[in-house]
Amino acid sequence: MKLTLRIWRQAGPADSGRMVAYEVPDANPDMSFLELLDVLNERLTLEGDDPVTFDHDCREGICGSCGVVINGQAHGPRERTTTCQLHMREFADGDVIDVEPWRSVAFGVVKDLMVDRSGLDRIIRAGGYISANTGSAPEAHATPVPKPIADTAFDNATCIGCGACVAACPNGSAMLFTSAKVTHLNSLPQGAPERADRVLNLVEAMDAEGFGGCTNTGECTVACPKGIPLDSIATLNREYLRASLGRK
Amino acid sequence: MTFFKLGDDIADTRAPDVPIEQRWDKRRFDAKLVNPANRRRHSVIIVGTGLAGGAAGATLAEQGYHVIQFCYQDSPRRAHSIAAQGGINAAKNYRNDGDSVYRLFYDTVKGGDFRARESNVYRLAQTSTQIIDQCVAQGVPFAREYSGLLDTRSFGGVQVARTFYARGQTGQQLLIGAYQALSRQIDAGNVEMHERTEMLDLIVIDGRARGIVARDLVTGQISTYLADAVVLATGGYGNVFYLSTNAKNSNASAIWRAHRRGAYFANPCYTQIHPTCIPRSGDYQSKLTLMSESLRNDGRIWVPKNAGDTRSPDQIPEAERDYYLERIYPGFGNLVPRDIASRAAKNQCDLGRGVGPGGLGVYLDFADAIRRLGEDKVREKYGNLFEMYDRITGEDPYKVPMRIYPAVHYTMGGLWVDYDLQSTIPGCFVVGEANFSDHGANRLGASALMQGLADGYFVLPPMLGNYIASNKFDKVTEAHPDVVETVNEATGRLTKLLSINGERTVDSFHRELGEIMWDECGMARSEDGLRKALGRLPELREEFWRSVKVPGSGSQVNQSLERANRVSDFLELGELMCVDALHREESCGGHFRVESQTPDGEARRDDDRFAYAGAWEFGGTGEQPILHKEPLNFDYVHLAQRNYA
Repeated sequence: MKLTLRIWRQAGPADSGRMVAYEVPDANPDMSFLELLDVLNERLTLEGDDPVTFDHDCREGICGSCGVVINGQAHGPRERTTTCQLHMREFADGDVIDVEPWRSVAFGVVKDLMVDRSGLDRIIRAGGYISANTGSAPEAHATPVPKPIADTAFDNATCIGCGACVAACPNGSAMLFTSAKVTHLNSLPQGAPERADRVLNLVEAMDAEGFGGCTNTGECTVACPKGIPLDSIATLNREYLRASLGRK
Repeated sequence: MTFFKLGDDIADTRAPDVPIEQRWDKRRFDAKLVNPANRRRHSVIIVGTGLAGGAAGATLAEQGYHVIQFCYQDSPRRAHSIAAQGGINAAKNYRNDGDSVYRLFYDTVKGGDFRARESNVYRLAQTSTQIIDQCVAQGVPFAREYSGLLDTRSFGGVQVARTFYARGQTGQQLLIGAYQALSRQIDAGNVEMHERTEMLDLIVIDGRARGIVARDLVTGQISTYLADAVVLATGGYGNVFYLSTNAKNSNASAIWRAHRRGAYFANPCYTQIHPTCIPRSGDYQSKLTLMSESLRNDGRIWVPKNAGDTRSPDQIPEAERDYYLERIYPGFGNLVPRDIASRAAKNQCDLGRGVGPGGLGVYLDFADAIRRLGEDKVREKYGNLFEMYDRITGEDPYKVPMRIYPAVHYTMGGLWVDYDLQSTIPGCFVVGEANFSDHGANRLGASALMQGLADGYFVLPPMLGNYIASNKFDKVTEAHPDVVETVNEATGRLTKLLSINGERTVDSFHRELGEIMWDECGMARSEDGLRKALGRLPELREEFWRSVKVPGSGSQVNQSLERANRVSDFLELGELMCVDALHREESCGGHFRVESQTPDGEARRDDDRFAYAGAWEFGGTGEQPILHKEPLNFDYVHLAQRNYA
């Protein structure tokens, strides 16, 4: 396959950045998108150019490190797929592909396609946990958890924190990310004691980080590689209202 | 020609000399304690935020220590523990199927082919039940039955169902649990977290670990961090092979640098080749992807009976298929331990019965399971794995059998530690996959998560407290000559890498190293092959330092520089792995020497000569390493040929 990549190049946060076109004449349909960038980078290195910087690690769709906007879509055209799991068979010979970093007020560009997503960590630090010091746990079977509740918690806990939801949202909101954590922990009996504080603190942290408000456009759930449902945002809103009214 | 010198045996592992079930209690009782009010005056560096590091950071901070923690990723939630799929073992015996702490201990020692330290394995089995309690309390959403109770499944090398799981994403769920506990401590100000910061070297002062030199991967700033103790939780070194199931950036630099500073490296040749990975598709391949061992609960492995049969799998009738694991090992069938399953797949492919491109693959077929359980049930159990397979290969495993082939997955070797998890450098503790302690020559499925969390949550904290309570810590500053020298060495190394400006990329060296290691130090190892590798590796290392090309500067994000530094360490470690593999003239677990096999091709141990852990002391760059033997005694699980038939 012969492809043209138009890639966002930006030397650092102070640089204004620009799209630069590169030909990749030796792409293969079985390559992953990141392997395509590897091939390009090997060539750029040998030609004395600066290779393209991008975050990546596990390359099996679970660590959440990778993520670029491909032809305007976070993680590219295939549903429920991270950039590392997107393969070039989704594209056609001769395609021109635009590759950009996550775009959001809360995610500054570090270099090229690499962005700063530390705001998501700070949301979790504000209360995205159950306070259970090591050693203090009761026997695991002391509290049975009905399977549907355990499944809901699990589905929401599969969030990989990649930030695609934020990148896809026209408002740059982190509601899907935040609601996944609230739904995961607030559904479980173990999460009940901190239920109200958790939702209030997470939403406050989200706002403080500069993420936008949610207007229910639903782009987030389409971009989410793990299929976190829009229902989770409804759950967050319900939890938030409940906590705000002071009912425990 | 020999490649090493022989040093003294390791006499004392610090495990108390009492019956095995009392050792951990005794050790904890003998350990000195640090008064809770004094703990905040003591600082501990932890490198890595995977299961072991994340759990240790959270726990030590909860106890009141000041923790300074590092990860090279942009967030502590991304460590490669997250990719573990199948599950975590624990001797809960919820199934009432005959499990017990003793059986988990027994299975692990046997599965490790009698090359693990009994004391450590017993403690691991004892601790396992507490881990499940802790994780459930944190909100880890393990799979449950309709009763609301926890579900378990069975894993390789085992005949009880003791594996707890969260669909095919158990590692992710456990890591998020540890990450959240760590996040809580970061928010409380008890953990000082440095993301995108990579350890370059260990600072040793007066023989004790007192800090690290690290580079900020965004600004390029090289800084010193000083503390009373250093914990390395930096994972395994499977990426020596270039292609492995490890994350792309997983590396051995932290443990290798500590090794160069005096920490012994034990059993470096013990590498686990996982039997069920997606085969490689081309030269551009950057990593390999695992398909969880849990798939072997329901998938059946087969190859065509006739070599060179190129018919599509649905055209091959039942009578012309060889379900070779079920045939050779009727007792365990498709659930034999990993080393055995991998070698069997290689043997079938060597016979020309392999399938897919290059004949390097075997089928893992779910047709029977789908007929028996229905597609929905199979989807519920393995849905995400099937999806992952489909994305990578473009084939639908509900319709076409998966093709799988073995790949490097885990390293049982690592820095040598005593019963306290302390390396041979006092104050330098090593936890999780980075140490060598619990799995012997082969790790059983679902035991890595167990060990990482056991070390981090339960074993390290009291032993670290004991170290701190037993020593005095003079204040050291960045002006200390040993600190200055370590910083200068680290800086000089990076400057050198940037200045070579040769004609080969870092990856081209890494690939070549990987090919040598896979061919000569992979699934089958021979004296000739290992000697050949030991001839070539020093040349490759010299070539690297002569002609590698690292673009850019050191004062900005420079991923080529990061890789170059890691590969330079892999080149040295690869050589030590070959020396270890050459010296161990026996087959055991994942280490298969072609010269030492039974008539039917199984690994043949030589307990008279090799019932020891081989701990290597660094002898100097280009100098011979020094072997110290830790004799292994099997007082409880008696030495026997493993038999899974």
